[in-house]
Amino acid sequence: MSKNTKHVPVQHIIGFLLSIVLTLLAVWAALGSNLPVAWIIIAIMALAIIQAGIQLFMFMHMTESSSGGGHVPWNMMFHGFVLAAIIVAGSLFTMSFGFHHDHGSHTDHQEESSHQHD
Amino acid sequence: MSTHELKTGPLEYRTQEGQMSILGFWIFLGAEVVLFSTLFATYAVLFGRTADAPVPADLFEPGITLVMTFLLLTSSFTCGLAIHQMRAGSLKGLITWLVITLGLGLGFLGFEIYEFIHYAHEGATLQSSSFWSAFFVLAGTHGVHVTLGIGWAVLLIIQLVKRGLTPVTSRKVFVISLYWHFLDVIWIFIFTSVYLIGMVV
Repeated sequence: MSKNTKHVPVQHIIGFLLSIVLTLLAVWAALGSNLPVAWIIIAIMALAIIQAGIQLFMFMHMTESSSGGGHVPWNMMFHGFVLAAIIVAGSLFTMSFGFHHDHGSHTDHQEESSHQHD
Repeated sequence: MSTHELKTGPLEYRTQEGQMSILGFWIFLGAEVVLFSTLFATYAVLFGRTADAPVPADLFEPGITLVMTFLLLTSSFTCGLAIHQMRAGSLKGLITWLVITLGLGLGFLGFEIYEFIHYAHEGATLQSSSFWSAFFVLAGTHGVHVTLGIGWAVLLIIQLVKRGLTPVTSRKVFVISLYWHFLDVIWIFIFTSVYLIGMVV
């Protein structure tokens, strides 16, 4: 896996170029394309996850054989990412799901909608 | 050094202590993932609750955030090159690339400070609304991590100059490289879910 015996760090250069391309692609998707907003969000979040994977696997030596897999505690990292997903998705689901808070339109949302604008 | 020292493989992995330190740092990074996830969750829940302060779409600019992103992406790359030089046994190459990495990190920090001051002038501060509180805490926590990383790396460069490449110093450099790449991972998510989505929605 590891390319560190070679003179040129091929893996790092590929990872760097890929992350630049993916960043520009995300910027284009967000600001240049005419996709619906929901699709833009899904697309750029997917691009971000791919970029994070590039950092972890191509830059952070997660899978190199010469150091015995980089001594990465896979179960701990997996646990961390699962917790992160639960915290973010769970917070959005319980706090924001189905609730619209446009500043202009005050539909009769009982008295609680006025608190939400604080 | 100790009799348990291996004769082959990367220098930082040759001692048991080095291996355990790197393992321990990965566990720390796992905890950092959870720390930042709570800040992201808070930001996402409070998104749009700007009260009387400016809305993010009026303040976020694609140009400056893209420059910051490329500075940090490039610094992550040069940090990888530094480790490549270290593995090749070149102390001079390692220090050179580390200094370049720090320069790029300082550039990132400079833009971030400029950006925060600019927002404050436009009326978006930590106190102005729950949205901006969440924004500044999230982006600010990342900025504090970058600042700490820069201070940490400066101290390590001093050690490298004094002691050269040993299993201990190379382990320390490897750990900070993991930290630096990890900051880039966090920034990718801040760039995407804060800046890009803030400019779209």
